[in-house]
Amino acid sequence: MKISRRHFLGIAGAMIGSAAAGNSSKAFAARQPKAPPNPYGCVVDLTACVGCRTCEQACNRVNHLPPPKERLDDRTVLDQKRRPTTSAFTVINRYYSGRLDEQNQLVPTYVKIQCMHCQDPACASACITGALHKKDNGAVSYDKSKCVGCRYCLVACPFQIPAYEYFDPLTPRVRKCTFCYDRVSAGGKPGCAAACPMEAITFGNRRILVEVTRRKIAANPMLYLNKIYGENEVGGTSWMYISKDPFEKLGFLSLPHYPMPHLTETIQHSIFAYMWAPITLFGILAGIMWKKNPEQINHAPGLQAQEEYI
Amino acid sequence: MSSHAHPKPAPLEVRFWTPGVLVLFAVMLMGFCFIIARYLGGLGLVSNLDNQHPWGLWIGIDVATGVALAAGGFTTAAIAHIFGKHQYEAVTRPALLTATLGYTFVAIGLAIDVGRSWALPKPLMFWQGNSVLFEVAMCVVIYTHVLYIEFLPIVVERFKGRVKLPGPLSIFNDRVEHLLALADSILGKTMWVFIIAGVVLSCMHQSGLGSLMLIAPTKLHPLWYTPILPLLFLTSAIAAGYPMVVFETTVATASFKRADEMEVLAPLTGVTKYLLGIYITLKLGDMLFRGTYVYLFDGSIESRSFIVEMLAMIVPWFMLMSERLRAKRHTLFVACTTIVLGIALNRCNVFLIGFNPPYAVKSYFPSISEIAITACLICSITFLYRLAVNYLPVLSAPSLESLEKEPS
Repeated sequence: MKISRRHFLGIAGAMIGSAAAGNSSKAFAARQPKAPPNPYGCVVDLTACVGCRTCEQACNRVNHLPPPKERLDDRTVLDQKRRPTTSAFTVINRYYSGRLDEQNQLVPTYVKIQCMHCQDPACASACITGALHKKDNGAVSYDKSKCVGCRYCLVACPFQIPAYEYFDPLTPRVRKCTFCYDRVSAGGKPGCAAACPMEAITFGNRRILVEVTRRKIAANPMLYLNKIYGENEVGGTSWMYISKDPFEKLGFLSLPHYPMPHLTETIQHSIFAYMWAPITLFGILAGIMWKKNPEQINHAPGLQAQEEYI
Repeated sequence: MSSHAHPKPAPLEVRFWTPGVLVLFAVMLMGFCFIIARYLGGLGLVSNLDNQHPWGLWIGIDVATGVALAAGGFTTAAIAHIFGKHQYEAVTRPALLTATLGYTFVAIGLAIDVGRSWALPKPLMFWQGNSVLFEVAMCVVIYTHVLYIEFLPIVVERFKGRVKLPGPLSIFNDRVEHLLALADSILGKTMWVFIIAGVVLSCMHQSGLGSLMLIAPTKLHPLWYTPILPLLFLTSAIAAGYPMVVFETTVATASFKRADEMEVLAPLTGVTKYLLGIYITLKLGDMLFRGTYVYLFDGSIESRSFIVEMLAMIVPWFMLMSERLRAKRHTLFVACTTIVLGIALNRCNVFLIGFNPPYAVKSYFPSISEIAITACLICSITFLYRLAVNYLPVLSAPSLESLEKEPS
């Protein structure tokens, strides 16, 4: 399902013809990732998480979300796979990777899900008004005063995170993890990271976090796979994961390493740079009309042309 | 070109409320009740949309298919007004009417679909140039206005010199008359700009609609996910333009007992065999190039839907290749209707059937109310089309009665 960049170029080249292809591949190279230079990030250590759902409680509290149907310390909810909803920005799912402990019991792995706060987010590129926006501190923020409710962000998100208030007839909102924007701006940690009793969530400067985590993996090769999920996925995400079990067994998607908006923005900006394509097309069509149907330009439209022809 | 002069377009002025129109009206009323329900209980009450399937029938049919099938407007304008093939003038007005109504209802359909209908004009204030949807929205907004401007001469022609407002409003007769004369003179000099702009804007947003799904490579099935999706959307819309004109003209002339216009429609579809050929070549070439034929016979819903979609293009293409089949009214109608349905299926495949998010636990199927609202919008278009051709000079096919009286 992945489309490589070379792959696209091959097709684009064949399609547009030599002159235009030169133009488009120049524009292609020009699309730089839009990641902020120095964002915050979080690393979730899946080997530390015990699935206690304290993070879910903290999230519910700091975001003033409505009380959930099941109690927040009820662990039976882990029996099914959940997704974030309009009233729960983070949820924990339990996976069995097939690994056994000393008593031959399956070892559960708990995976916390929330918005990944992509470095170059698809939702923000898709958003028709810019209601979703990547902030310098790393948060992908939602501004409901700009939102139209088209739900293109839900279509675009590769992690399928945003949830929509479908039962609000006039003022539904897109709901998702805010990276506790206000708390982080005030120098604090996200609610979940601050609450975790196992210290499974490390919050900090993303660049430094990646370095520290790499050293941690190198120092404990028996404990961790040599991979930071989110370091490169979709061009990098602010939330990252390390694990002992293969990520594909824990519900993680295998995603391309280029930012999701790469192809669409390249196409858009190579066609609409200085509006060259529409203007050229207009000129060509006007030339054809001048040559083939001059009375259209010189006289009344349709009506008269038709009368002359009759 | 036919030997006898084609008559000028004229209002039909037939009885409006036939049993068929009453049925249309009933479907419209029913759908309207569901629209009220949507504004009382939200999208969740009337639709099967969820967080994994945020776009449903309304985007697939009302918006994407609606825009594709309104392509008759700009393709006929291009051939008759830009390329100067005046023999096709007879179908430009009905095609323009369909396009105008089509885009109007794309806007209405979108207003129902977006969560905050009242915020629909916000993209005009907050520009987001990276968003494909923003480009599509801008083009659709401007093009809808262009269509209304292109349609204005038809209204002017009908009322110029005979404005007769009822009762006390009659004091405005002179003023309205003056406005019509002004519009006539301005439009006469500037219409060429709008005609070309209409074609350019159409090319932009028809292809833009195809770019929409390119941001979701992990969700759209590889049979449809291709970097040339915008080009495929553009070429298929252009190819669908004339078949849609044949479809609606044949239905209209049969319904109103008019001459069949075959002397215009048959040569028009002669162009379609090239346009459709280009699309089919691109589509098959893309499949071979990317090697997606491996999914073709895996028996999934997607593969079957893709095969049906392709057959709905290839079979009528062969039909159009035959001069003999193209000259017959009913085979031409069957071929063109198949193409129209094939395009509709293609748009539904891209936006609905081929859209499978990895985390979705169930697949999407439209609810009764979603179907009812879509039916309501389609019936409203048909209803307004009938209203317009009845009172405005749109159709030019002579009635069968008049042909019998004085055989040419």
